[in-house]
Amino acid sequence: MCGIVGIVAANPTPPEAQHTVLAAMASRLLHRGPDADGYYCQGAVGLGHRRLSIIDLAGGAQPMQTADGALCVTFNGEIFNFIELRQALEQKGYKFSTHSDTEVILHLYREYGMDFPNKLNGQFAIGLWDVARQQLILVRDRVGICPLYYYFDSEQLVFASEIKALAPALPHGFTLNNQALDDIFTGWTCLPPETIFRDIWQVQPGEMLIVSDPKNITRQFYWQLNYPQNTGEYDRRTENQLIDELHHLLTDATSIRLRSDVPIGAYLSGGLDSSVLVALMHKQINAQLHTFSLGFTDPALDESAFQDRVVNFLGTQHSRRMIDYNQIAQSLVQTIWHTESPILRTAPVPMGLLSQWVHEQGYKVVLTGEGADEVLGGYDIFKEAKVRQFWAKQPSSSWRPQLLTRLYPYMELPKGDASVYLKRFFGVGLETPELLWHSHMPRWQTTSKAKLFFSDNFAASLNDNFESKISRLFPPQAANWHVFNRAQFLEIKTLMSGYLLTSQGDRMLTKHSVEGRFPFLDHRLMEFANRLPPKFKMKAMREKYLLRRMASIYLPPDISLRHKQPYRAPNVAASQDALFNSELADYLTADTCNRWGIFTANKVGFLLQKARAAKALNTSEAQALTGILTTHILLDQFCSRRI
Amino acid sequence: MTTDAAREQLRQFILNNYLFTDEQSALADDASFLDNGILDSMGILELIDFLDEGFNIKVAGDELVPENLDSINSVLKFLAAKAQG
Repeated sequence: MCGIVGIVAANPTPPEAQHTVLAAMASRLLHRGPDADGYYCQGAVGLGHRRLSIIDLAGGAQPMQTADGALCVTFNGEIFNFIELRQALEQKGYKFSTHSDTEVILHLYREYGMDFPNKLNGQFAIGLWDVARQQLILVRDRVGICPLYYYFDSEQLVFASEIKALAPALPHGFTLNNQALDDIFTGWTCLPPETIFRDIWQVQPGEMLIVSDPKNITRQFYWQLNYPQNTGEYDRRTENQLIDELHHLLTDATSIRLRSDVPIGAYLSGGLDSSVLVALMHKQINAQLHTFSLGFTDPALDESAFQDRVVNFLGTQHSRRMIDYNQIAQSLVQTIWHTESPILRTAPVPMGLLSQWVHEQGYKVVLTGEGADEVLGGYDIFKEAKVRQFWAKQPSSSWRPQLLTRLYPYMELPKGDASVYLKRFFGVGLETPELLWHSHMPRWQTTSKAKLFFSDNFAASLNDNFESKISRLFPPQAANWHVFNRAQFLEIKTLMSGYLLTSQGDRMLTKHSVEGRFPFLDHRLMEFANRLPPKFKMKAMREKYLLRRMASIYLPPDISLRHKQPYRAPNVAASQDALFNSELADYLTADTCNRWGIFTANKVGFLLQKARAAKALNTSEAQALTGILTTHILLDQFCSRRI
Repeated sequence: MTTDAAREQLRQFILNNYLFTDEQSALADDASFLDNGILDSMGILELIDFLDEGFNIKVAGDELVPENLDSINSVLKFLAAKAQG
């Protein structure tokens, strides 16, 4: 990964002044690209780049111009099919002076114009300046692996890989977007194009912005998630043919993601997705593969035994970093500087500690299994949705909701007839199964309990709600999608893009100059998976059915058939010591609550009192406490002064 | 313990631990804990522990029904019935 910055001003700017601002912006992205920096200043336009050298170490410097100076690009990410694209362009007569994937973007734009992103297989955030047209093109990859933020007013449009890098060019400091905080306290993420800060926007996954001047911005999507509208549109090949196709696509998606001029490692959680990925990598790499994982001192969360099983079977060189609650408390403030968002669980922190470990071992690139659950149907929420749809056909049934107890065996329920309790916790929306977001209503309801702590003034400032925003997220044809596909769409558009790939993904990887690559998010594989009949994703209650069948080629049954275990990391709210005997306590005082006015000090006091008592906080309460804590950390870092 | 004292103790437990306030008006005595989202599954179990520790009341499996545990009034009625044996 690298870091990019840029400015398009309404009027020409002296190059020295432009360079000073760009350098100040780029300096805030040093962690994303420690190897080199570069700048392009021309009239009203400036582009900057911080480089993490991975491909063409000698020749890939950026911003990069065409030989005639007509185009200039600053680019973060990887174009994995750059070799094939380059060959096709060379056949059309294009001459290349480097071996980098960056140069391919320039020629591809010249050849295909605004259609060029459709040719790219990769993860990218691109700023491309077309001198003749006096247009800046901003493009973000299809699912939002690489971040891209911007600010605009009548004088300028400013963009950067991270929000903090916009600061030197802004006319004012950052202020909280109240509505976005409400969204996070509902669905864990704000919804693009919004961000947690007012007037700071994000280019949406699959979106392209064409900026002629700061007052003239055109937005268009070059790619969008789509699913069959009727059974006739599903892939009708046989099960074995579909397994072969999945095998072929995943093998190629992995293969092109191994293109690199530096060594590549892999994250290995011990679950199906990373295990099958490591097996595929192992087959393709003619050297011992280095794998990395997290372990937790809390045995309830630790998966070391499963990791060891895979490591022993595949014979990788494995490094595990053990994490305890105090390490999480010590790293939380620094983590929020990188997430640039409040979080409701502290699960990103261990991922940041893992990338530090990877960096210290001399690795810059890792492959991970992220995306398999969303694309191929692995999450419990998909099963939960299936049971709730089944239950909604007979809402008065007492045995139908009992299926949920099989789904969540660890759920503590009063003994006796639990149906009344199940109805309360999962029955939300039971009368409205046709709602496009029906699958996610219980989750949002649980998370929303954290809003009990909002102050009256803050709550009164909110004028939109999450569900109405979600309804606008769906395209019109979604009404004809299978309910399973609707749930997948929501999971990909909200939690995956907005949280897993950002707060828990890119931000925790780039924090220590590590690049993540995600074969399951190859768009060819996603488009194939989107056309699969839902029964090949979840057969009865067996998740990721087709992937399991494919994985059995490489893995023994105890690994390929292992039930999905969600990544559960220690939450700082579960540790009194971590919470009260560290710097974190300062972010939870009545003074801090009163200073920002978002949370009611008295209520937060009662929550802390409960946390201090011997009994553990429940999920909603722990999420609320983490959300309050990290909101105050973020405000202190970004809004208490100019950064 | 008088009914008023029990009511006071029970109200304080629910207000402080689930509504995170000491504002008495935040909880009506007949407000359903489930319908109003005041208690979740863990909350019900904590309430059972509280009745055990604070009132020395053992709740049997077949007594774990909303009619006994779904509001301040229903819990008080349940406590009175248990006291009578």
